[in-house]
Amino acid sequence: MQRPRPHVSDRTRAYWESGADGRLRLARCQACGHYQHPPAPVCPSCRGRELAFEPVSGRGTVWSYTVNRYQWKEGMPPPYVIAEVELAEQPGLKILTNIVDCEPEAVTLGMAVTVRFDEVDGAYVPVFRP
Amino acid sequence: MTGKFEDSCVISGAFRSRSGRKLSVDPWELSVEAALGAIADAGLEVEAIDGLSTYPGPVGSTPGITAGGTQDMKAMLGLKTRWHTGGMEMPGQLGAVINAMMAVHAGLAEHVLCFRTVWEASAQRQVGSRAKALDDSAMLERTQWTSPYGVGYPNYGALLMQRYFAQTGATREQFGTLASVQRDNSLLNPHGQFDMPLTVEDYLAARMISDPLCLLDCDMPIDGSVAFVVSRADSNAIDAARAVRIEAVGSSLGYEECAAMMWSRTALRPRDIGAAQLYDGWSILTALWLEGLGLCEPGQGGRFIGDRARISRDGELPINTDGGQLSAGRMHGFGQLYEACVQVRGEAGERQVPGGRKPQVVSVGAADFTSCMLVA
Repeated sequence: MQRPRPHVSDRTRAYWESGADGRLRLARCQACGHYQHPPAPVCPSCRGRELAFEPVSGRGTVWSYTVNRYQWKEGMPPPYVIAEVELAEQPGLKILTNIVDCEPEAVTLGMAVTVRFDEVDGAYVPVFRP
Repeated sequence: MTGKFEDSCVISGAFRSRSGRKLSVDPWELSVEAALGAIADAGLEVEAIDGLSTYPGPVGSTPGITAGGTQDMKAMLGLKTRWHTGGMEMPGQLGAVINAMMAVHAGLAEHVLCFRTVWEASAQRQVGSRAKALDDSAMLERTQWTSPYGVGYPNYGALLMQRYFAQTGATREQFGTLASVQRDNSLLNPHGQFDMPLTVEDYLAARMISDPLCLLDCDMPIDGSVAFVVSRADSNAIDAARAVRIEAVGSSLGYEECAAMMWSRTALRPRDIGAAQLYDGWSILTALWLEGLGLCEPGQGGRFIGDRARISRDGELPINTDGGQLSAGRMHGFGQLYEACVQVRGEAGERQVPGGRKPQVVSVGAADFTSCMLVA
């Protein structure tokens, strides 16, 4: 499977390069500790302006999922699983991702998953496995 | 509530152009057809139009999602306008109509032409899928979160549907019933896009796009245009008997929020509704709107739409009486309001909901791009 490389901007570079050492990092408010994804320059919880990328556990649960049957991308033949994973750190902290390293039929709602990374030209795309 | 802005205006004219999968008509031609049709329907001279409002304007997210903006329309019709607006950042597609109502209420215009044109059927043939277009477009800031994962638009509907099934016990059969009822309605609609009925078995056998969302859960891309004229309610130039009132609008972000705002602006209650024209870009959205609007108990949307007698034209709450976007084509929200106007005026012919003139509820959009209206 050849994923398209994400379009990386200055604001999101730290996120996409985080996986180089195998760890997922999310933007976190330095005032109140609230995580946010995608990263933005202000905390939606306390309006704090100081945010920094901090490592998270990389563990979460499948909030919802779907087995995609349609070829949207040249290098990505279906079927594959698209999912929203809710991270362990905070209720509602969700990442749109793929579930990998298992049969699509094995994925269930609420299933525990762990992050790993697919590198695409220096960008580390977080995906999740059981 | 007294003195609400909705009371200042009416929909004086409504028109839907020719529409279809293989029209081979220039989309700007469709815009003009709908615009002139709506103005004539209002009983107005073209010169009377002094305001313009559209969604999304001349620049859209993907090919075929728009055909010209307010300035194009002004030039084409040779209008002298006092006020105009268009764009993508508004409460749902019907934000264009709400904006027009506000302009009329504020005295900035007397007769505002609102229009919406799509040519997604032609665009599919000419430039390929929406997914590819997104990667090529100026939306890279957003698509960085979806592109590496091979996400297309229908996957969002599938994610909603999967979780909805798990949380409420809803089934594919129930959504098949909704699709089947809407197809039946569309067969009585001159703007319907199909010649044949659809059974629940047909639905269950349809190609899966993204489990559990199948092809028949997705609306049908077409070329077409719908226009309305929003006029001052006290205008002497319009036909008051055919004028359609907007009893209340909801413009908040989200289904429940939108609905709560709308119901707070009216004494009408769900039991007063004659029919519901609910957005069905994917069928799951109709169930979410049904619940969000309080037309059924939370978690009961699946059971509700799975009850054919209940949602048919002679049922307790007829849904998408023109066939909706699933069977009458993706007019992107404007089709739902058009059908509400036709029903309220009693001009729906064979598909007219029995029981006399009753308010219709209209909802458009999804997630954080939503609006709803009560049309009376």
